[in-house]
Amino acid sequence: MVTERYIVKGDDFQAAGSASSAMKQMLRGAGVPMEVIRRAAICMYEGEINMVIHARGGEAEVSFDGQEITMKLSDNGSGIENPQLALKEGWSTATDEIRGLGFGAGMGLPNMKRNSDDLTIESVPGKGTTIVMKIKV
Amino acid sequence: MTVQELVNAINLTILSGDGEALSRPAEGGYCGDLLSWVMGRAPRNGVWITIMSNLNVAAVAELADIACVILAEGVAPDPPLLERAKNDNIALLQSKEPAFALAGKIHALIHG
Ligand SMILES: Nc1ncnc2c1ncn2[C@@H]1O[C@H](COP(=O)(O)OP(=O)(O)OP(=O)(O)O)[C@@H](O)[C@H]1O
Ligand SMILES: [Mg+2]
Repeated sequence: MVTERYIVKGDDFQAAGSASSAMKQMLRGAGVPMEVIRRAAICMYEGEINMVIHARGGEAEVSFDGQEITMKLSDNGSGIENPQLALKEGWSTATDEIRGLGFGAGMGLPNMKRNSDDLTIESVPGKGTTIVMKIKV
Repeated sequence: MTVQELVNAINLTILSGDGEALSRPAEGGYCGDLLSWVMGRAPRNGVWITIMSNLNVAAVAELADIACVILAEGVAPDPPLLERAKNDNIALLQSKEPAFALAGKIHALIHG
């Protein structure tokens, strides 16, 4: 069992993606197949960038028990009012400024759903969001 | 075909990427500027054609196992992107042609 924790800073586009890169490294070291690592990296990056953009940062915990990768992303941001709606392709509350950077297509959560085997969203508006994604290896 | 062969075939300018980066196979491609579309749709070892030139392009290229990024329309990378692409040995290429023309040529080269 390997577990790593990463701090994701809010509004820091310079560092955005660094937790995902570090996770990729860790999974490579653990001998996870490339195609599975790629799916995990996509899930993690979308979750990471969402915390950067929508939640003023948060933290990620990734573990691998030899059979399953678990990615847990938690933040104390504004929360997601309607997770079912947020999971729809094209749904986004991103500002024009954020869209100018190439984000805000409303495809992040759909990507996380498609690339994981299991995704749960727990969110309390005003309090924060916890997203857990699992991928079988 | 490799990224280097692609560079030679359609005259791309190499902005970053050493021999190792350029020897990667290019097996497909995707055009797009919205990062989550690229993240979700670009194939592994794909050629990514875009006019998006900020730092986040490097993160997406790396995490989605992109073979090379081509900046179309002669777009110049933001300095932080160029720096990161050099540091992380990402094949960052450039062309004066628009994405449509590039995609047509690359599709023909890869898929025949
Ligand atoms: N951690 C979070 N905290 C608060 N809101 C969130 C969080 N993650 C997602 N959301 C909300 O869910 C919406 C949809 O997220 P999704 O990642 O699918 O799209 P996006 O981030 O707006 O655009 P894209 O991911 O395509 O760049 C967001 O616009 C935002 O309103
Ligand atoms: Mg998103």
